[in-house]
Amino acid sequence: MSKDNQILEDLNSKEYEHGWSVNFETDEAPLGLNEDIIRWISTKKEEPTWLLEWRLKAFKTWQAMKEPEWANVHYAKMDLQALRYYSAPKQSKKPKNINEVDPELIAIYERLGISLNEQKRLQGIAIDVVLDSVSVATTFKETLGKLGIIFCSFSEAVKEHPELIQKYLGSVVPMTDNYYAALNAAVFSDGSFCYIPKGVRCPMELSTYFRINAANTGQFERTLIVADDSSYVSYLEGCTAPQRDENQLHAAVVEIYAGAHAEVKYSTVQNWFPGDKDGKGGIFNFVTKRGICAGDHSKISWTQVETGSAVTWKYPSCILKGDYSIGEFYSVAVTNNYQQADTGTKMIHIGKNTKSRIVSKGISAGKSQNSYRGQVQVMKRAHNARNFSQCDSLLMGDQCGAHTFPYIDIANPSAKVEHEATTSKIGEDQIFYCNQRGIATEDAVALIVNGYAKEVLNQLPMEFAVEAQKLLALTLEGSVG
Amino acid sequence: MLSIKNLHASIEGTPILRGINLEVKAGEVHAIMGPNGSGKSTLASVLAGREEYDVTEGEVIFQGKELLELSPEDRAREGVFLAFQYPIEIPGVSTTNFLRTALNQVREYRGLEPLDAVKFLSLMKEKMALVEIDQKLLSRSLNEGFSGGEKKRNEIFQMAMLEPVLSILDETDSGLDIDALRIVSNGVNKLKSEKTATIVVTHYQRLLDYIVPDFVHVLYKGRIVKSGTKELALELEEKGYDWIKEEVDSTATV
Repeated sequence: MSKDNQILEDLNSKEYEHGWSVNFETDEAPLGLNEDIIRWISTKKEEPTWLLEWRLKAFKTWQAMKEPEWANVHYAKMDLQALRYYSAPKQSKKPKNINEVDPELIAIYERLGISLNEQKRLQGIAIDVVLDSVSVATTFKETLGKLGIIFCSFSEAVKEHPELIQKYLGSVVPMTDNYYAALNAAVFSDGSFCYIPKGVRCPMELSTYFRINAANTGQFERTLIVADDSSYVSYLEGCTAPQRDENQLHAAVVEIYAGAHAEVKYSTVQNWFPGDKDGKGGIFNFVTKRGICAGDHSKISWTQVETGSAVTWKYPSCILKGDYSIGEFYSVAVTNNYQQADTGTKMIHIGKNTKSRIVSKGISAGKSQNSYRGQVQVMKRAHNARNFSQCDSLLMGDQCGAHTFPYIDIANPSAKVEHEATTSKIGEDQIFYCNQRGIATEDAVALIVNGYAKEVLNQLPMEFAVEAQKLLALTLEGSVG
Repeated sequence: MLSIKNLHASIEGTPILRGINLEVKAGEVHAIMGPNGSGKSTLASVLAGREEYDVTEGEVIFQGKELLELSPEDRAREGVFLAFQYPIEIPGVSTTNFLRTALNQVREYRGLEPLDAVKFLSLMKEKMALVEIDQKLLSRSLNEGFSGGEKKRNEIFQMAMLEPVLSILDETDSGLDIDALRIVSNGVNKLKSEKTATIVVTHYQRLLDYIVPDFVHVLYKGRIVKSGTKELALELEEKGYDWIKEEVDSTATV
């Protein structure tokens, strides 16, 4: 045992590779949070009155709410008055297309390995990039436009497609849903919007890349995806942040609407700065993600690979309202050092013959705590609802923790709900076996962990899966137990 | 090729090996036999570099190198292969993927280019025929849900792929029926060459009908107490180990 600890102590984790930041001129709101700040943001964004009123209502609700404490995470609460709620790179005029975007901003993304140059992009992925509070660029807009697909920043959608925004904003995650969702509704600054018209199969992956650059700034973005009847879209989300000593807040909201026979696949590779090896700094990731299978035979599938953040509080959920609708949740959550994650899903069966599937793979290393929290709810009228849940935990070393909190709530006797859970350790036996075949210990850990997470990684689009595999190995480097 | 001198090893302070001396030359097959608890598997594990054993005395020279100074992976890369008595399961990792990682790390150590997918596959095909293994087995999670025979056959397949200089078979016959035993032994025999050597650790003579040893050593209480040729194995089969135990225990000095 002492030998294990020695190895754990000796080998420091590899440094977070996206920890740099860039200085550029910014347009920012004064510190603090009050009605005036909300008006300031709304004015800055030249918003219509209805949206300002919506924000102010959310703010009032939020003021009466308390920060939730039920999650299995411990952290010093942030002083929300010491934060800045808007920070945007200064651009002389609003860029019309990617060629007008400040090259300095493009360089930031090149450094992150994300090319915004459409010609240079071989992969079929259209991308919307959000830097601090605003969307700075969206690629392939024209190509997608020909199919009637709308893919743009949230602010642009407010201006160009107000009827869609008014119809769907807050329809899946009401502004009053929870503390962070209400806060987001009050102060959100930008995000991505996507609309797939009836019968259209989106020919490329759509993607949003979030980057927090500024210090003392919270990122509050909203993503709204509307897949009209019989459409299909696969959506990817990636994120990084500079390495800072203070904790930073990321409180996003993602809403997905799927019409009859529509399918939405939402994949996240979350790589926020997790804090250093002593637990200093890192992102607080308090995110509300929910989708509604509104029409019959619709399907929403969440896949997440969570490697970053100091504290994660996140439960991508599905409301299965349409008959025969399907909800899926595939998750790999890795925690190392002092990271804490409380993540899982909610599957709410309302329609008849609805199905849900939950596959959660937790990996804990270092002194981290990893919790799965999931709810399966079958309503009274949801005849023949089916759920299968599998929650596995993998422990590395003897100083981390894995916890499982499944809630099952059944109001219809025809429901069939299965729950399987396992806990395992990466055995010295497994590592020795790999060593004996010539595989170095670090590579052995990567191999074993990727094997363990395979069922989830297989759900990711190809390039993302490769990226995620590397990220898993990187996050766990030096944590052999 | 391998020279073990006065090797002592213990686990959690309990001595298991108490002075092993053994010389193995290229082209030879050595059988290590002995009653339960005599230290046979410990010897195999110590040679492969299992960490829970402490080597307290002695040295092992393998092809001119101090074997005990090398990490387990470097020993493997130098050409030491251990066929496990109880092969380990690795869920979600196919034998193919596992071996490709292993082979390329071994090749890198030896200054060779990694094998691309096409070359790797053709090498695999060749070795699959050699040990009569089904490709379906190789795309399943390593050892997970394998039968005893499948596990052992998979070990020999890995051995064929990695082309070791020294192969140590730790009780490879345990849990095998006669047919599986024949297939596994055939594989081992086909892999033998003038340049390689094999150490067969076994409890029973049965395996040695198929893999014929040049030398047989009897391990008892952590020492090699008797060495001979294959006839010794037959004698043990007939008479058991008790006569050797008595012989050793009566002459033992305190």
